[in-house]
Order: sequence, then C-alpha cells, then structure tokens
Amino acid sequence: MSKTASKPKTGKYTNFWERNRKSGGYLLRRTVMGYGVSICRAILLFGLCFLILQPLLNKISVSFMTEGDLYDPIVISIPLHFTTENYRLAAGLMDYAKSLFNSLMIALTISVLQVTMCTLVGYGFARFQFPLKNFWFACVMVMILIPPQVISTSLHLHFRFFDILGISQLLTGSTINLRGSILPYYLMSAGCMGLKNGLYIYMIRQFFRNIPKEMEEAAYVDGCGTLKTFVSIMLPDAKPILTSCFLFAFVWQWTDGFYSSMFLGNISLLSIKLKQLPDTFGGYMARITGASSSAGVSVPYTNCMLATGTLMVIVPLIILYLYAQKGFVESLSSTGIKM
Amino acid sequence: MKTKKTKLAGLQKRKAISGYLFIAPFIIGFLAFMVKPLFQSLYMSFCDVKLGTGGFDLVWKSIDNYNYAFRVDADFVRLLTEELARMAIYSVAIMVFSFFVALVLNQKFKGRALVRSIFFLPVILASGVMLKLDSDNALMAALAQTVEVNAQGASSVTDALQEILRTTGVGVRAFEKLFEVIDNIYDVAISSGIQIIIFLSGLQTISVSMYEAADIEGCTKWESLWKITFPMVSSLFLVNWIYTVVDFCMRSDNEVIDKITTYMNVNLNYGLASAMAWTYFVLVMVIIGVSSFIISKGVYYYE
Repeated sequence: MSKTASKPKTGKYTNFWERNRKSGGYLLRRTVMGYGVSICRAILLFGLCFLILQPLLNKISVSFMTEGDLYDPIVISIPLHFTTENYRLAAGLMDYAKSLFNSLMIALTISVLQVTMCTLVGYGFARFQFPLKNFWFACVMVMILIPPQVISTSLHLHFRFFDILGISQLLTGSTINLRGSILPYYLMSAGCMGLKNGLYIYMIRQFFRNIPKEMEEAAYVDGCGTLKTFVSIMLPDAKPILTSCFLFAFVWQWTDGFYSSMFLGNISLLSIKLKQLPDTFGGYMARITGASSSAGVSVPYTNCMLATGTLMVIVPLIILYLYAQKGFVESLSSTGIKM
Repeated sequence: MKTKKTKLAGLQKRKAISGYLFIAPFIIGFLAFMVKPLFQSLYMSFCDVKLGTGGFDLVWKSIDNYNYAFRVDADFVRLLTEELARMAIYSVAIMVFSFFVALVLNQKFKGRALVRSIFFLPVILASGVMLKLDSDNALMAALAQTVEVNAQGASSVTDALQEILRTTGVGVRAFEKLFEVIDNIYDVAISSGIQIIIFLSGLQTISVSMYEAADIEGCTKWESLWKITFPMVSSLFLVNWIYTVVDFCMRSDNEVIDKITTYMNVNLNYGLASAMAWTYFVLVMVIIGVSSFIISKGVYYYE
C-alpha cells in the first residue's frame, strides 16, 4: 500500500522546476550558486596555473628563436626563424654530456646515501625507547632550523685543513685538503647533515610512528632480530614515503647551488655550469667576435642562452616529475604531517 | 619473578642499545658537522682568521668584526633590515596564499589532479640555483614590460583600482606593500608548494561528519570555516610558519647570504663572514621564536 503511494510521489517531483517550486526557490538558488562557484574557481585556478607555467612556456619559445627574432618587436612568443642552434651552443658551453653524467651520478649516489641514513635514523626515533630520546629529537629540529650558511665558514676551513684527531699531521706532517673533492659531501650525507636532511628524518619518523605496534611485536615473537624486523617487515611498508624522500633528495641535489659550489667546485655539475653560463657565454662571444671584453654581448641574447640552458637542466626533472608525480604529491599528503 | 624482571630489563636495554645504534649516524654527524662548526664559527666571528699553508691561525680581536659589520660596512645593515622586512611580508603572504589554495584544491572538481601537480611543479623547478637565475632574468622583465605597455588599455582595471585606493589616503603605506606583494604574486606562488601540501594533508584529516553536523545546526560555510577548519589545522599554521621562514632564509636569492658568501669566497675574510652569518642567524631565530610563541598561543589541539 505504502509502496504504491510513494511511487507517484517521487515521479511528481522529478521535474526540476516542480521541485524548485516545492522547495520555495531554494533548489534554484543552490544550483545557480553551485555553478557560479565552479566558474569562479575555474577562472581563478586557470589564472594561477598559467602564472606558474608561463615562465616555462616563455623559456621554451625563446629558446627556439634566432638572435634576430629576439630584437624583432613583432615576434613575441612564436619564433619567426625556428632554430635549434641555441641548444647546440648551450650544450657545448655547458659541456652538457659530461655535466649531465656527473650530475646524475652525484645526485643518485648522494640521494641514495641520504635516504638510507635518514631512514635508519627516522626508524630509530620512531620505534625505540631510549634515554635522551627527546633531547636528540630536539637536535633534529635544531638542525632543520639552522641555515647551513651559518656554519659554512667553519666547514670551509674544516675541510680545507681536514684532519681526524691530528693523525694525518702526525704521519705526513701536513693536513689533507679535501676541498674540491666529493668526499666531504659524502661524509656529511652519511652523517645526515646534507641538504634538508632534517626534514627527511622528520617525515620518515612520522610515517613509521603510524605503523601499528603489533606488526613489530609479532615479528619479535616469531624470532626476528631488530635488524631483520626493520629490513623485512618495516621497509616494504615504507616504500611510498621512501620514494618521495628519494625524489626530493634527488631533485634538490640536482638543482642545489650552495653545497655544490662549497664542496664540489672542480667537478662540472649542471647546476654550477648553469650558474656560470652567462659568463661562459660572454667569454665565448668575445672570442669569436674578437672583442676585448664580454661587455659587448647583448643582454637579450645572453638571457636567451640562459633560458635554453635552464631548460636543458630541468628537462630530466620534468620527465622524472611526469613519471613519478604521484610519488611527490600523494604520498607526502598521506603521511599526515603533525606537530 | 625476579628472573622475569631482569629479563624484561634486559630486553629494554637491548632495545635501547639498538635504538642508539639506529640513530648513531645522526649523532656522529650532528656532533662532527653541526655542533663543532657551529661553535667554531661563533669563535671565529670574534677572531681574525689568518690562512697559512699548513692551517689557519685565529687571533682574538673581540667584537671588531661585529663593529665592522654594523658601523663600517656600507650595505650590511641596510640589506639586513630589507631582507628581514621582506621575509616578514612574504612569509605572511605565502601563508595566506597557500591556505587559500589548499582550501580550493581540497574541493572536488574536474582536473583536480592536474591542477595539484601544476601547483607542486615549482617545488621542483624553482629550487636551488634556478630561483636566482629566474629572479634576475632581465629578458623576462623586459618582455613583461612590453606586454604591459601594449595592453595598457585592457589591463588598467587593476591600475585604476590602485589609483582609487591610493587617493583615499588611508593606510597608503600598507596598500603600497600590498600592491608590491600582488605584483610579485609569482614569487609567492612558486615558494608555497610544500606549504600547500602540508595544509592539504591537514584538511584531509578533518572528518566530513563535523561539517555535516554544523550544516544541520544551521552553520553557514563561512562560519564553519572559522569554527571548524581553522581550529583543526591551526597546528599546521605553526609548522608552515616555521618552514616558510626557514626556507626564506636559505633561498639563493637572499642578498644577505650573497654578501656573506662574497666575503668568504672573494675576500677570504672568514671572521667577518662568520660574524655576519651569526648576526643574521640570531635575528632570524629571535623572529622565529617570538612569532612561534605567539602562534602557539592560538593553536588548538583536537586530541
């Protein structure tokens, strides 16, 4: 009985205007509001996305222009004389193949080392109780807060005249100059003191804290040691956070100028080469035109070179980002960062 | 009973030892590459550092370096105040922007994943040396100017608005700062990637039932923003604030850092460079400390 009564009732209100009239205009108002909000949001987001992407698009268009196009007031974003000469020149000036290889090797090894060390430390902080734990964790926080520039002067000298407890002085009579070699940076990374390592420790600790204790206890009961529990129970679970930490470490190492110029001055890295590109280009132009100084090189052309160089440096990163985009965004937001 | 107790203590002790083994790399690294250099650079800031072939000598000269930095060097004080003022304004702008964007990105709409990945792109592309190269790229500025000149008729809505606000004569200086931030919205947008993610992760933990309950009780969206969303993510404001300020200090387009590096690498004046670095560091720490204290007063903890 009730079934037959309710059926025509729903049928009666399927018409939008009918339903609207019944609700006293509320439905129409809500629908219009909903569409209005979506349109405003779409415009706003489009604008902001364009704002972020525009410099990139700009660089791409500029990098394909000939020098003549740069001065041409008609040409704004689509090159008139399409050329790839800029890329060839920039590759030559930056010693691209060699720098790319060096950057790749160093960024890979450094980020693997950093993430390994930070995982160990983060796991230690998350799953063990030991005296002075809070003190050491406060040290991690302090480490995040101290800008590396403060200790850079001292580190400079530290590695310029490197010595462990005076052993080398005793044996050879002089200290070891480690500046310009890559060893100091590996040492620092092994000690979790690399670029933004405090942040990785914090993120990894946050992740391991959320894994239920029972899993660990079950492993202990079944006779797993501490290390085996860590390797075979905990690590497989931590894959997403480790991936995102690794990606961050890789990317930030790739573009880093501070540590690289401090320690790795002699090794040709993309980030360093890119920084020097305007000067190198000036020198090159001076050589081929026979001018005495690089002052005569036009600013737009230098900037065009710089844009090309920047693109060449970030192309590997963009590919990586497109490939592992989920690893960057999703896993970080699912960690649930809390204070 | 007794044996059981000692066994437990033994297990705890073993776990404590393995815990220490796990964090041992950090402890060693922290002591060797953070604590020691930190105190050494503090000491160096009161010294004259003389480089020799076999090592370096430190000659004590008390506060001469600080004296030089503050009273002799022409730029340092100006750069310091400028940089700190810029930091304060931009950090606030970044916080507001990232919170707003996180609110928008937390809603459901088509193409959300795409928009999210675009907003996160600057974390990758505008890091390290890229930021500095971008910021002094004169071509972009020139291009933007020509575009502006060409499109003067069309884009003058904002200009007109600026004119109106200027002529009102109320709080003109505040408006000028606001215009500056709006003109540099690109800077703000590219440095708020991580903050957006942190806010998003906080927003996702708020349960939907809370909003539903508020809705039934007759709460408008605006009220539930202030009464639910704000308190629930307030702890993240603290995290983000600290992150933003620290991040700003380490940016490569920071002029104070530039000056310090110049003194270190070009003039080889390690003492003076340390003194400047320490001044900057202490000021930033004080700012972080005071502002975090104020913010933490307003933080609401749910659990």
